[in-house]
Amino acid sequence: MRCLGRAADDGAFDMSRVHDMGGRFGDGRVVPEPEAEVFHEEWHGRALAVVLAAGFLGKWNIDVSRHARECLAPTDYARFSYYEKWMAGLADLLVAKGIVTPAELAGHADAGLSALAEKKRGAAEVPGVLATGGPSERDSTIAPRFGPGDEVVTRAIAENTLVEGGHTRLPQYAAGARGRILRLHGSHVLPDSSAHGLGDAAEPLYAVVFPAAALWAHPEHPGDEVVLDLWQSYLSPA
Amino acid sequence: MDMAGWLRQSAVMPHDHSDHDHPHSLLPPEPALRLKALETLLVRKGLVDPAAMDAIIDTYENRIGPRNGARVVAKAWVDPAFHAALMEDATAAVSELGYYGRQGEHMVAVENTAKVHNMVVCTLCSCYPWPLLGIPPGWYKSDAYRARAVREPRKVLADFGVILPQDTAVRVWDSTAEVRYLVIPQRPDGTEGLDEETLAALVTRDSMIGTGLVVSA
Repeated sequence: MRCLGRAADDGAFDMSRVHDMGGRFGDGRVVPEPEAEVFHEEWHGRALAVVLAAGFLGKWNIDVSRHARECLAPTDYARFSYYEKWMAGLADLLVAKGIVTPAELAGHADAGLSALAEKKRGAAEVPGVLATGGPSERDSTIAPRFGPGDEVVTRAIAENTLVEGGHTRLPQYAAGARGRILRLHGSHVLPDSSAHGLGDAAEPLYAVVFPAAALWAHPEHPGDEVVLDLWQSYLSPA
Repeated sequence: MDMAGWLRQSAVMPHDHSDHDHPHSLLPPEPALRLKALETLLVRKGLVDPAAMDAIIDTYENRIGPRNGARVVAKAWVDPAFHAALMEDATAAVSELGYYGRQGEHMVAVENTAKVHNMVVCTLCSCYPWPLLGIPPGWYKSDAYRARAVREPRKVLADFGVILPQDTAVRVWDSTAEVRYLVIPQRPDGTEGLDEETLAALVTRDSMIGTGLVVSA
């Protein structure tokens, strides 16, 4: 299984990596905006709300939902606005999980009450659900291998080693780079496992600092640095 | 194909880029209609409650936003014990002020000084400390910010009108896990006598992401 429950020999739904854009050239200027503007269009707020409310059903975790957006075709990922990506990821997940049928999505079938309907949350429950959140820190039997100050090298290939074309949180720009442990965050759910129904597989998570010159051929400034949060299995001693 | 040919083809076949293998392509293409179709289907199946959706929108439009973070920053400026607690364990410190929840389960505060300027991005998606800053602004979620912030933070800062001295190092935090970062901006000169509430009003959202500086009124 790679993405959204598809069979392993179906390459059509692999993570495309178009989302992994850190360090990419060619994008234009960043356009600041006023603080009061939360949603630019009415449907933006409702798109956010429908994705969160569907998430309350408890049929997937945050890693699965991120991976669903990463599995959009590169052309769709590039042309969709932010909340269009969210809606597309949700629609794909609903079908992959058998919660809605393609015919229902297309409006060709009369949708009846779902067996999951009892899991729906009402308005009164919303503040509590949002306030509870979903912590990712877990107990783990894997002991921290590194401490602050230790020099480490990231995986040379920024791919999921458990699942071909699977979800990972090591960006390509930081693959094979040498950095230094800043701090240990405790043990956290490993997205490479959790996104694919393979369990939490919690392991130590570190903030790792890289000199800009370890990442870019032409760093903007010799003193600048980039910090990434990286799981222990992404790292080797330098 | 030359540009003219490409433009002709695009005009004739506007949907030739869409992917018809993914279920989402069964929905109407226009975003507002797409949302309406998705919402209507889920409500009809009893999977989402429209009133719960309204409550979610109300929460992030009116209740949870960057004024929360601004209160944290102002308190850190005036209260040394809170400042120490915040730098030691930000999750516990901001929870005590009532700021905890979705997308803020594991908080770390990073402090700007004359020597180091911190700036936060999520290159892989749009991770952001919701309980303290609310929903991320459009630019934070834009390809341009996600692509450029790690490689050329100083040029990105210039887009915000921020020019840092050459002897200030930039440290960019790429939020690749579930840890969320809050930048504690430098307290501006000339604000010594101000109370917490007045100080909080000076703290901008962008200054807590690291794309802005706080200036005295």
